[in-house]
Amino acid sequence: MSKKTYFSNLKCRECGRLYEKEAIHICEFDFGPLEAAYEYEAIREVLTRELIESRPQTMWRYRELLPIDGEPTVGTQVGFTPLVKADRLAKALGIRELWIKNDTVNYPTLSFKDRVVSVALSRAKELGFEVVACASTGNLANSVAANAANAGLKSYVLIPSNLEQGKVLGSLVYGTNVIGIKGPYDQVNRLCSEIAGKYGWGFVNVNLRPYYAEGSKTMGFEIAEQLGWRLPRHTVACMASGSLLTKIHKAYKEFINLGLVEKSEFTIHGAQASGCSPISAAFKRGTDMVKPVQDPQTIVKSLAIGTPADGYYAIHSMRETGGSAEDCTDDEVVEGIKLLAETTGIFAETAGGVTVACTRKLIETGKIPRDESAVLCITGHGLKTQEAIIGKVGEPRVIGASLREFEALVADEVTLKS
Amino acid sequence: MPTIRIPTPLRKLTNNEEVVTSTGTTIGAVLEELNTTYPGLGERILDEQGAIRRFVNIFVNDEDVRFLQEKETPLKESDEVSIVPAIAGG
Repeated sequence: MSKKTYFSNLKCRECGRLYEKEAIHICEFDFGPLEAAYEYEAIREVLTRELIESRPQTMWRYRELLPIDGEPTVGTQVGFTPLVKADRLAKALGIRELWIKNDTVNYPTLSFKDRVVSVALSRAKELGFEVVACASTGNLANSVAANAANAGLKSYVLIPSNLEQGKVLGSLVYGTNVIGIKGPYDQVNRLCSEIAGKYGWGFVNVNLRPYYAEGSKTMGFEIAEQLGWRLPRHTVACMASGSLLTKIHKAYKEFINLGLVEKSEFTIHGAQASGCSPISAAFKRGTDMVKPVQDPQTIVKSLAIGTPADGYYAIHSMRETGGSAEDCTDDEVVEGIKLLAETTGIFAETAGGVTVACTRKLIETGKIPRDESAVLCITGHGLKTQEAIIGKVGEPRVIGASLREFEALVADEVTLKS
Repeated sequence: MPTIRIPTPLRKLTNNEEVVTSTGTTIGAVLEELNTTYPGLGERILDEQGAIRRFVNIFVNDEDVRFLQEKETPLKESDEVSIVPAIAGG
């Protein structure tokens, strides 16, 4: 890997003011989010498909486009998850071609959040933090806890106190400090922004957010590379804060601008659960003013963010690329999880059910034409949200250990090989 | 008087004061008064049209003023106002 960093500054997305590469996340002038800026001309000189392909199969093969100064030190094995061609799901949904970007098997905590945490904690170490923390709906907490444990950093994760058991255990096991907050995620978020200022901790999605957020781009980079260095015609991503969708958009644009893929038409669609769909609702109203959802009511807890920080930008990404926003009911989420599992062998958490269910609607309404191709970003593993489907996927049929009982059980469904 | 919690990025303007008070009886009046006491604070919170900036959330006690009456939201003596920048999800 090249030693030099191409990460130059933090830059306000609203007014363009430049800032030093510190643990800051918003513009002092207008509160706009700060974003990593790079020396693209210099990157263009060095970064080629061949160079990327020569590197280990992790998200760090796109090192020049990630915001750290030295070599990555946390999460060096993260990413490069499978891109799976899903012919049976495509047939079920009535579209020519579908692909699943399968981050249910991301390393080490089975969600796309390992990408963002890898960058955030590598940067946290560069900035000298000894305590790292996050506000989380579950997946981020799991990833911060695991990666901090491996890196020897002390961690605090703050979550709504009503999360799924799998997500709570999936943090506790790493010996982190789990703090459950009585209230929805947005109140956890608000508390964390106050704590971050007071305690001087590295909060991955508060004061380290510009670094954290860039990690999501690698999902977009990988999709393009795994498709054979081209952009997918359609991409569907679930939306909580809306950050992932905007970063996939940024990733595609960076690859075009660097000449790593040919410029081609691409469209990005966003998916939410109807019980907390502030971005989808604003998109459908034809505005970019996102009205907060005060009391999210959905089984999709990982997407239950009522005040989505990147909602405005997500709406603009969808509009700019000709995409659409959709939302779906909890029943449709469960159907989506089952359909994905039964046709691809991939067990997704509730957010994945949202992506599948909304893709179905986008196809049925012609937003994704049936003769085109789409990539679905599946962001977390189903074992983490078992509560959502318990009692809805049947029960095992229990018998004694006798051949007679077995034969009686299956008599109507199988025939013996003669 | 209502108390106002100032977020870290704005404390440079309030001489590092974390909590300040105001005699304003609405959110709009409080912001106006703060801008007089701490020049420059108002334009950080309000855009050119005088609306609360996209990336600023203002809470009265635990309620987002977008659910109340925005800048017209009335304030009682005991109310606690928090100015909180929007942050990313998890």
